[in-house]
Amino acid sequence: MAISFTLNGKSQSVDVSPDMPLLWVLRDTLNMTGTKFGCGMALCGACTVHINGEATRSCITPISSVAGKKVTTIEGLSADGSHPVQKAWMAEDVPQCGYCQSGQIMSAAALLTKKPHPTDADIDDAMSGNICRCGTYQRIRKAIHRAASEMAGKAHSAA
Amino acid sequence: MATAPVVNRRDFLKKSAAGSAALVVGFHLSPRAFADQAKDQEEKTPNPFDAWVRITPDDHVTLVLGKSEMGQGVYTALPMILAEELSVDWKHVHVEQAPTNPKIYDLGTGGSGSVGGSWLPLRQAGAAAREMLIAAAAKRWGVGTETCKAKNGFVVHGHPERSFRFGELVVEASKLPIPDLNKVPLKNPDDFSIVGRDTRRLDTAVKSSGQAKFGIDSRVPGMLYAVIARCPVFEGKVASFDATKAKAVAGVRDVFEIKTSGRGASTTGGVAVLADNSWAAIQGRKALEVNWEEGAAANESSEELRNQFLANASKPGGVLRNEGDANAVLETASKKVEAIYELPFAAHVCMEPMNCTVAIRPDGAEAWVPSQGPQWAQAVIAEAANLPPEKVTVHTTLMGGGFGRRYQADFVMEAAQVAKISGKPVMVLWTREDDMQHDFYRPASYHRLEGALDGEGKLAAWKHFQTSTSIAAKWSQKGADDPGLGEFGTGATIPYAAPNIRIEYTLAHSSAPRAWWRSVEHSSSGFVMESFVDELAHAAGQDPLAFRLKLIGESRKIPQFGEGREDYHPLDTARLKGVLELARDKAGWTKPLPKGQGRGIAGFYSFFSYVAAVAEVSASSSAFKVNRIVCAVDCGRAVNPNGVRAQVESAAIYALTATVKDAITVDRGRVAQANFNDYAMIRMNEAPPIEVYLVPSAEAPTGIGEPTVPVIAPAIANAIFNATGKRPRRLPIRNEDLA
Repeated sequence: MAISFTLNGKSQSVDVSPDMPLLWVLRDTLNMTGTKFGCGMALCGACTVHINGEATRSCITPISSVAGKKVTTIEGLSADGSHPVQKAWMAEDVPQCGYCQSGQIMSAAALLTKKPHPTDADIDDAMSGNICRCGTYQRIRKAIHRAASEMAGKAHSAA
Repeated sequence: MATAPVVNRRDFLKKSAAGSAALVVGFHLSPRAFADQAKDQEEKTPNPFDAWVRITPDDHVTLVLGKSEMGQGVYTALPMILAEELSVDWKHVHVEQAPTNPKIYDLGTGGSGSVGGSWLPLRQAGAAAREMLIAAAAKRWGVGTETCKAKNGFVVHGHPERSFRFGELVVEASKLPIPDLNKVPLKNPDDFSIVGRDTRRLDTAVKSSGQAKFGIDSRVPGMLYAVIARCPVFEGKVASFDATKAKAVAGVRDVFEIKTSGRGASTTGGVAVLADNSWAAIQGRKALEVNWEEGAAANESSEELRNQFLANASKPGGVLRNEGDANAVLETASKKVEAIYELPFAAHVCMEPMNCTVAIRPDGAEAWVPSQGPQWAQAVIAEAANLPPEKVTVHTTLMGGGFGRRYQADFVMEAAQVAKISGKPVMVLWTREDDMQHDFYRPASYHRLEGALDGEGKLAAWKHFQTSTSIAAKWSQKGADDPGLGEFGTGATIPYAAPNIRIEYTLAHSSAPRAWWRSVEHSSSGFVMESFVDELAHAAGQDPLAFRLKLIGESRKIPQFGEGREDYHPLDTARLKGVLELARDKAGWTKPLPKGQGRGIAGFYSFFSYVAAVAEVSASSSAFKVNRIVCAVDCGRAVNPNGVRAQVESAAIYALTATVKDAITVDRGRVAQANFNDYAMIRMNEAPPIEVYLVPSAEAPTGIGEPTVPVIAPAIANAIFNATGKRPRRLPIRNEDLA
């Protein structure tokens, strides 16, 4: 039975087993490979996407539960890599192997939507579900603070 | 290293972007950069070259070489070196993975050797191409070459300045003789404008937008996804299986057995479940019923292994090094220190689980492999597909971490077997559990250190006994005993002056696969030696740093023990001292810490580089926390200091995980841990600030991906001792070790 949802702003319908996790629908059915498989148990955060704006581990999210919802993946975070978090990632030269970074960026972007001025403790809370085996944590922390300042600057100049 | 060029450029001329001529300079990377893992390739006839620089009329500069990018930043650092000598904007240099030609000596990527091994050859190749372009321009202008120079992608001459783009000159330049690479003039390092400058990675944009393609992202029309049920017991085999329920899972296409095959073969073999997508394959495997023939390893456990260690340690080991008479001195010493250290198996845990995609056609095969050793992958696929290696095209993809794990070809063999049997393009995907339970682990080891201090508090004798499940014994073709030198590494080269030295080793048996884990044997040598020196300092009643500096003594070069050549990267005590002193100064070694906190130091030489770390901890009798890590590094000239710092930060976190998190343990012949819940990684909330300081150096660059790993555990253990008076002597450090 087809399941419909909104994916990166466009309506999407898939005809797959309802218990198939969103991760594998994205990767294998839709060939959108930016979202990564890391553990299959919501322990590492590599598969993080936004569902109705909430950072969610897609590896344990059955596709049936996504019906009618809005899903944003790394491919849809910005059209051209210009989201403030992505720009901050480049400025701080965050990625090494890069495999976990889609998930890190999605978690960071969701954090900044909720808390535009996160403290280090907020960053610990929001980001500790995302493992980086290359150990880029302190660059991630700096990049999140940088993105927050940039977003605040923009908000300020827009006001 | 660099050899006189032999013209063999036709293939590369053909590949030129504009379809016309290109300037191609072939060269060799240093074979000593990573000799161990390449040994199996040695019998093959080396081709004239294993790397090339190609410049096309459209000004594209392409560096073609067989190095893999697994996060360590070689695809940024290597083009920087080339661009420097070539005098071209480094952003115009692109790296292209060299084709896996079985006739070319393949170096693989590991041993922290890419930058060090490529440094001189890349400079020579860049300089040769530059000189040829200059010669072509000079000829056109009818002037002497000495009046022309290369500048930012142009050859320029005279006042007012006239110029040609490099691209305009390649047709003529390509017809000129290639200069002798050993004689070509290299830039004066004082004139470097790219090398030594903090430079951002070239691959950050694609890695921040989901566009980067890793092995696991390979997609081939008509492909199936497969997972393999492997015997949980090391070296176990399939006795029988019933695929009925697996085949009933929606999306499952086929289920069949694959046999144990290939080098290091004990790790392959099992039942493959092929499906339309990864999820269906995983579900199918859950439904599959397999009876295993577990074999003899089913009796193995970590407890049994420790009993072996204890039994081995009760007898003298094989003597690897013996100078003076350490045993006699230890017997009569007025002050003797003895300590036991233990390290467990450790898993690599690349974030991207193992995977490989293979398509086999009657006339050839194509594979997408996240591999540190693509040529081994090629050989393995050729064997499984029954094709000559030159008919197998291997695309080396980006890797979601390597750490040594991706030197292996077990997952490649599996994919090749499944593709061959099914007749379809297939990705073999490992789940996290597969990855953690079927790794090639860092050996478990047990060490007894003994030291004697004389009346002046100097080191009179140093004795190190080790028993371990060695890597060499796993890979020995004959199954012979391993004398164990490889289990010590630079741990057999002792920077602390001692007139009596004895090093002994006894091999312990295990069926657990072992191989090269980030920093390999140095991770254990660094921990035990730098912990033990701290114990000696305490026994001598001296500051641990002052004691080290005193024992290191005057500047001298100590030949690497077992290298057989005195001049092969000897340990330079001045450089070791240099990093210890830099770490001391930056950390504020003498600054008092609040009660309940402690500071520890460690320094170690590995991969031809020197790293010292100071760790600061809070510790009580029931818990501890690492608050700060300061690293001082001497890796010769830092090609990309930003990249060097990133690698030090990375290695520190990697080592911290192994220091304070979980052990890989064996129970009934199988690995007891399976995922991040029971083999945990350091996370954001536990990651201390890491400061990195580089010693300015004009020496040739040396390794940086690994040499920070050995100093982290001892610095932390020493800091805990400093805070609590309780010394952790086994890894990982558990809270109960502080009681």
